[in-house]
Amino acid sequence: MRPDESPARRFGPGFLVKLALMAVVNAFGVYVIISAWTAESWVILGAMAVMLVVADWVYFSRRTVPLKYIFPGLVFLLVFQIFTIAYTGWVAFTNYGDGHNSTKEQAIEALLVQNERRVERAPSVPLTVVEDGDELGFAVVREDGTVEVGSADEPLESVEATVAGGQVTDVDGWTVLDRNDVLARQGEITDLRVPVSDDPNDGSIRTQDARTGYASTSTLVYDEAADTMTDTTTGTVYTPNDDGEFEAADGSTLSVGWRVFVGLDNFTLAFSDSRYAGPFLQVVLWTFAFAIASVATTFLLGLFLASVFNDPRLRGRKIYRTLLILPYAIPGFVAPLLWSGLLNRSFGFVNQVLLNGASIPWLTDPWLAKLSLIGVNLWLGFPYMFLICTGALQSLPTDVMEAAKIDGATRLRTWREITLPLLLVSTTPLLISSFAFNFNNFALVYMLTGGGPRFDDASVPLGHTDILITMVYSVAGLDGNAPKNFGLASALSIVIFVIIATISAIAFKKTRSLEEIN
Amino acid sequence: MRRSIMMAGAVGLTLTLAACGSDTSESEESTETTAAAEETGTLTVWVDETRQAAVESAAASFEEETGADVELVLKNFEDIRTDFIAQVPTGEGPDITVGAHDWLGELLTNGVVAPVELGDMTGDFEDVSVEAFTADGQVYGLPYAIENIALIRNTALADEAPATWDDAIAAGEESGATYPLLIQTGTEGDPYTYYPFQTSFDAPVFEQNEDGSYSPEIAMGGDNGHAYAEWLQEQGEAGLLSTDMTYDIAVEAFANGESPFIIGGPWMIESFADLDLSVDPIPTAGDDVAQPFVGVQGFYVSAQSENTLLANDFLVNYMSTDEAQTALFESGARPPALTSAADAASSDPIVAGFREVGAEAVPMPSIPEMGSVWAFWGVTEANIISGTSEPVEAWDKMISDIEGALDS
Repeated sequence: MRPDESPARRFGPGFLVKLALMAVVNAFGVYVIISAWTAESWVILGAMAVMLVVADWVYFSRRTVPLKYIFPGLVFLLVFQIFTIAYTGWVAFTNYGDGHNSTKEQAIEALLVQNERRVERAPSVPLTVVEDGDELGFAVVREDGTVEVGSADEPLESVEATVAGGQVTDVDGWTVLDRNDVLARQGEITDLRVPVSDDPNDGSIRTQDARTGYASTSTLVYDEAADTMTDTTTGTVYTPNDDGEFEAADGSTLSVGWRVFVGLDNFTLAFSDSRYAGPFLQVVLWTFAFAIASVATTFLLGLFLASVFNDPRLRGRKIYRTLLILPYAIPGFVAPLLWSGLLNRSFGFVNQVLLNGASIPWLTDPWLAKLSLIGVNLWLGFPYMFLICTGALQSLPTDVMEAAKIDGATRLRTWREITLPLLLVSTTPLLISSFAFNFNNFALVYMLTGGGPRFDDASVPLGHTDILITMVYSVAGLDGNAPKNFGLASALSIVIFVIIATISAIAFKKTRSLEEIN
Repeated sequence: MRRSIMMAGAVGLTLTLAACGSDTSESEESTETTAAAEETGTLTVWVDETRQAAVESAAASFEEETGADVELVLKNFEDIRTDFIAQVPTGEGPDITVGAHDWLGELLTNGVVAPVELGDMTGDFEDVSVEAFTADGQVYGLPYAIENIALIRNTALADEAPATWDDAIAAGEESGATYPLLIQTGTEGDPYTYYPFQTSFDAPVFEQNEDGSYSPEIAMGGDNGHAYAEWLQEQGEAGLLSTDMTYDIAVEAFANGESPFIIGGPWMIESFADLDLSVDPIPTAGDDVAQPFVGVQGFYVSAQSENTLLANDFLVNYMSTDEAQTALFESGARPPALTSAADAASSDPIVAGFREVGAEAVPMPSIPEMGSVWAFWGVTEANIISGTSEPVEAWDKMISDIEGALDS
């Protein structure tokens, strides 16, 4: 091949394959863009268009050889990592959660709808939607058979009309809308309020199904120009405050708020609630203890078993190895549930069968619950450590071992000074990631103990086996035991991320010194 | 060279267009259908597995009579509440969803639910069901089923319904079964199942307003609460209540005939197919009536629905019929909320039994403050039963913790 003749410009089979692949990619991209267009998701549309153009440029240009290799990875990084992190970061600075779920427009809409009251003793009336030019109106049949018609600006007035089957079929000066027209203008119709009379206290007619109407009054009125809500029964005026709520002069607020930026409030809130101060320290200590103990116990057991089963003198090694990996094959969600049943104090297999009917409170005593958690995690985690240690042991260079043997080193010394350091070089990064995983091992704690048993002395629903991430879940109300606060949850998970990132960074830096042994 | 790139580009483009040729025609078709659907309307309804078939048949007659499309989306019942709150503001949510009445408070503070005007049909429903979906004088859902717990009795082991807790225990011990009475508890407690005993000591969770709605004032403290807490401790010491008794263990033991009585709801009945059962009022532990919580299931309309008219029409005129409510009853085994359908369903003595107990019951509070109560309530009861906490002290601490959580 001549140097200027890259595969990108040869119309060989390779090029055709690439063309076909890119055609598929483009087809997918165009499909997403069209779907985004119909769903009116402009951000997705824009992002997809940019990605598609860049992809075509990368794979049809000659100058972008390195990018050809890393582009797919970059796309996935962007979609699954950067976007998620950026979104979490953004939520952390807002008050998104119960009571602040949406935009201000929607909050106002909801408040107005929630504060409409049906006029007492006003019966529901058969109703027909009518139209005069572009103006919509309602025609209603009164109990005595007379028909009244009106629009948003004109209160109801009697008119001549034909009534058939309880519904108006023809009105003087108005055209009756047929069902399809009614459905096409649903929004306008449900928003339409036709005053009953000139007196606002009589309320206005509204409908929800375009068949029956009823008179209702609003107890809240929104003034768009002043951006205030007024309670018509008490006269209280509510103005929007910085927390995304309507607030009256006396500090009372209306129930529906909206999402606003609250700066660092979520971060300070997490550490300013005095009820959490005591339990928080205990939870942090236990989180570190749990993560360190989990890594240490699983690694030691895995390493021990790997060394034992690596000995060529042992018969049937393959069978043992297969059996040992079994716990690893059980899904991490199911295993804790199984164990919580096995460890039940009165009915569990462990107490009933293995311990002959003892009633040991495995999951309800603070210390035993912690022990059970580490024990179950050991059962779940050692096969992984066993696998990586076996792999690492088998790849150790034999010449070094022989040299040590020739030099007269004892087996123990060879193991301690050659095998272990060499093993640690390849396993330390995995130990660090295992630490990070266990630091956030939500599923295990949530499924096995649910964080329990509760702290007796604390005034918050936290327990002896809660780790930071389950604490966040409970504090932010995601378990339904408090009002949901996604802003707080995001802020706290960023704090946890910073802790883990720092520890991992330091640990990785330390491992470099290990690698120098090589 | 440049030309070859252009060529490649042109070929690529042609291929692309060819490749997405089928796509384009497909999406054209779908745009056409959406355009057509805008004229007649498409309703999106979230349902869970047990309710799917029943809603489907009501939807079929709705589609036939109005020409509108109803699209059912199958979801896990547990996910619906959070997903509804998260998705309605984005405009991606459904027009209608199934739900339980105790979500109402949360749905209201998040502004995601619209009122449903039942109009003159209000009287056709059981009072408690409409009451449960009412907040501040407005109705926010169409109720379709009522559920509550009762005393389920194995008639082979006990021939008459006990009036008090002591009677029940005596009858249970006399029957010679392993457990005198089964009640699910768990290490986190189960205040929902225990509530009738608590109300028999006149210690309701919240103050109730005149119209039956709850105000966020804790009412279960004081002497009545202490009496109930002490009762829990006594029964725990006697071994009649135990935190090891989970739902699964209790149901299995009852199905095996190991106890004449179990406190539970209609969802348990299918596990007891082989037994002769009777459903009776829950025995009282204190001096008052034992009132369990009533849960009402229903349909909510999204506040951001673009098909409000269709949605209300569908609910009020098609889901509230005898056939629809009976179909829902048959798929879920919970007594219907529509009185006429409930009367028909009551020909089954089991349903009639639950309904009779439900008539005495109180709606589960739907105010958002309830979440903070659950967090402390169950664990405190469990700790008193297991003997790890002193009853009066633990009860008082629970009240102050809940009040602390409500104030924060």
